[in-house]
Amino acid sequence: MKYFILKEASRVLFPALLVLSLVVLYRGHNLPGGGFIGGLLAAIAFILVGFGNSMKRAKDLLRLNPVQIMALGLATAVLSAVPGLLFNAPFLTGEWLPGFSLPLLGKVHLGTPLVFDIGVYLVVLGFVLHSTFSLARLADIQMEEEKS
Amino acid sequence: MNEYSLLLPLLLPLVGAICLLLGHNSLAFQRVGGVACASLTFILSLYLVYVVDQADFVVIQVGAWEAPFGISLVADRFSAVMVAVSSFMGAAVAVYALGEIDDVRLRKFFFPLYLVLIFGVNGAFLTGDLFNLYVWFEVMLIASFVLISMGGGKGELEGGLKYVVLNLLSSIMFLAGAGIIYGQTGTLNMADIARTLSMTPDAGWVTSSSMLLLVSFGLKAGIFPFFFWLPASYHTPPSTVSAIFAGLLTKVGVYALFRAYTLMFVPIFPQVQPLILVLAVLTMVTGVFGAASHFDMRRILSFHIVSQIGYMILGLAFMTPLALAAAIFYLVHHIIVKTNLFLVSGMVVRLKGSCDLAKVGGLLKSAPWLALLFFIPAFSLGGIPPLSGFWAKFAMVKAGLQIESWIAVTAALLVGVLTLFSMTKIWAEAFWKEQPADVDAQPLRNPAGHFAYMVVPVAVLAVSTILIGLFGEPLFSFSERAAAQLLNPQEYISAVLQSQVEVLP
Repeated sequence: MKYFILKEASRVLFPALLVLSLVVLYRGHNLPGGGFIGGLLAAIAFILVGFGNSMKRAKDLLRLNPVQIMALGLATAVLSAVPGLLFNAPFLTGEWLPGFSLPLLGKVHLGTPLVFDIGVYLVVLGFVLHSTFSLARLADIQMEEEKS
Repeated sequence: MNEYSLLLPLLLPLVGAICLLLGHNSLAFQRVGGVACASLTFILSLYLVYVVDQADFVVIQVGAWEAPFGISLVADRFSAVMVAVSSFMGAAVAVYALGEIDDVRLRKFFFPLYLVLIFGVNGAFLTGDLFNLYVWFEVMLIASFVLISMGGGKGELEGGLKYVVLNLLSSIMFLAGAGIIYGQTGTLNMADIARTLSMTPDAGWVTSSSMLLLVSFGLKAGIFPFFFWLPASYHTPPSTVSAIFAGLLTKVGVYALFRAYTLMFVPIFPQVQPLILVLAVLTMVTGVFGAASHFDMRRILSFHIVSQIGYMILGLAFMTPLALAAAIFYLVHHIIVKTNLFLVSGMVVRLKGSCDLAKVGGLLKSAPWLALLFFIPAFSLGGIPPLSGFWAKFAMVKAGLQIESWIAVTAALLVGVLTLFSMTKIWAEAFWKEQPADVDAQPLRNPAGHFAYMVVPVAVLAVSTILIGLFGEPLFSFSERAAAQLLNPQEYISAVLQSQVEVLP
């Protein structure tokens, strides 16, 4: 069962939601937002494609296995804790690059907390998609059983 | 450099779990990686014990946020020895898992979850922050929820459900207790709470929050009257899982009780002491009676966890240097022995297809070496010299005699005898009597791995309980040093709050 409107809308909404999720991720350090919400938004983008088109299409767009995305996210979060150690500060200490200005974004301030947030983003994205894909597979199995 | 000695045993299981997730397609990698990571964690935790014994305390202010505001990780001797012995169990049970955990469970991320469980347990031992302790509990519990119900069978789900519901209840109590403390003192750092409470005149909220935490930790530790979930759930998953749960999870509750009443709630301890004493005695007695009434090996062993927890809480209730040292020694001995007994029950299941005492028998003839491997931890648990359990019980009873707590001492001795009675029951039924003729006891079909993977860790643990019994002196003097640290909370407080920032309550 495919809905035409959902399918066409997902085509537009997919990139828009992904960009929005990155914006939310970036502003999250001092403003509402952050890795968790960003990850949820990105997952919604993929789920929308999954419902509007097919779960297979969503998996193709994702390329990586959700479990691997989770693992990469965890690894990123752990790695963000390491630079502090290199500068002889305690574990997880935030280290910042010198700030600089960019058109559009304004003053840019990059540091390890953002890396940590990227890790959270990936973990949430991977977790939500892993559960969605598993549930969708169960629903498919059930539907086939009902047919036969 | 000291910082790394604390960080590595904590982080390594997490890093290992990440690596196993990245390589989740190869089952061989899961097996090798899981065992390697658990063993390495054990080696690093020994280094932590060494460093802490030299330096008294290792403290990290995570993220360079100073003590009362940020989260502190603190290792004193007590937490270091707990990390070491739990990592030891982690390594031994990981090897055992090679023999018992099948491919289906491995594909369901058995080893990553197992490492996350160890990560959570070690974190709970090493944190110096009350709310962070709650977070570590949750890390540990979420991994254990999945591990306990992974098989998806009816029994496992039923046991898992009881386990999950009761533990969530305990988490709510924990949050409520921590919330009261935070609302009144404005801090969650345990050292800072201790400092603030020592200056607070007797207030009702201190007692109520301490009682909420007592119920919460008591639920996790399985003390009377909150233990009922434990024998109802521990016998359902594979022995690998119930062994690591039996060894570690309840002891985290015991650890938290010790931490709470030797650090934060020192000012009100005299009021709470009679209550803890009564709870300890009742825990010992009900646990051992429960064990005497059961006829399934793993159910009997589960009830014995409860009764042995009573001994440790008894050490807390006595609160003398000898009693605390005895309790720490008891914790170490108990973790090793109890894990070992659960592992043996798994071997009985493997050989006979069941560990219901009515259905198995004749193991003394068919597997005499297994009888030996059961005999050592079982009689160590019962407190027969020269095994480790004897010294643990001896020290505890001596501590009780010193403060003339006759009833508790009588109960402790009586429970020791009854423990021995139910161990002889297992011995007589499973090992001594002939195999019942009407029951067809077959070895498990399609075992997951070679039997040797199960024998080696069991033998290593049995040898270590003998070694602790014969050469227990260094461990006991270490326990005495750890107990001295626990009895002097001022050292802990000043080690954590080096900068002594003034915080308004």
